[in-house]
Amino acid sequence: MASANKPRVKVPKKAAAGDIITIKTLISHKMESGQRKDKDGAAIPRKIINHFKAEFAGQTVFETVIEPGMSANPFLSFSAKVQESGDFQFTWTDDDGSVYEASKSITVS
Amino acid sequence: MSFNRRQFIAIGTGVSASAVLGLAPSTASAAGELAQAAIDAFSGDATPAEGKITLTVPEIAENGNTVPVEISVESAMSEDDYVAEVMILADGNPAPGLATFKFTPMSGRANASTRVRLAQTQDVYAVAKMSDGSVYMTSKSVKVTIGGCGG
Repeated sequence: MASANKPRVKVPKKAAAGDIITIKTLISHKMESGQRKDKDGAAIPRKIINHFKAEFAGQTVFETVIEPGMSANPFLSFSAKVQESGDFQFTWTDDDGSVYEASKSITVS
Repeated sequence: MSFNRRQFIAIGTGVSASAVLGLAPSTASAAGELAQAAIDAFSGDATPAEGKITLTVPEIAENGNTVPVEISVESAMSEDDYVAEVMILADGNPAPGLATFKFTPMSGRANASTRVRLAQTQDVYAVAKMSDGSVYMTSKSVKVTIGGCGG
């Protein structure tokens, strides 16, 4: 995997007020669960994305607390009800404190 | 009467051995217990009821490293009546927790999809907590041909 933990997000560009849209998110991340052992038998320490949040105009729309049981390159798809044009903000938090972000605009008529 | 040292050690070993056995059940029931403890903690005072949740998982997962899971919960998703959280668990994984989805009325619909690791054939549980504190639960069995926990 590339060294950057790149997020990719799919949000419809346009919607009608009151529509419920589907948002798909993906971030590249090994999601080291802490269960694997290296060749000497020592446990490889856990390092995962442990939290995801989607906000619209500063308000939380959807959040996920992520556990080591989630697959590598976490994929999350969810719904959002849109009433007006604005920006979605997506935030992923790593165990080591790193934060990865992405944002997407939507035009709502 | 006083015990001599030999008897004392024998009694001590017997006690600690049974204590160890009591605390270390077989892997299958231990995972079941951990999952149940997580469900109890999540439910609080409420008793999980059936219904409202649709849990979609494949019957057979070719690759335990990435098994698609989708949940959908019936709800108006209004300010007064919405799905607050849905927790998904795998009762046969070394650690049962997979994810907890948190919704708000702005979600519009209480559904979410993701991909999880399943170590072996087991049951996947979805537990939903509503804004009024009521709890619903469902589970489905998934056959796993290649386990996905690094083992």
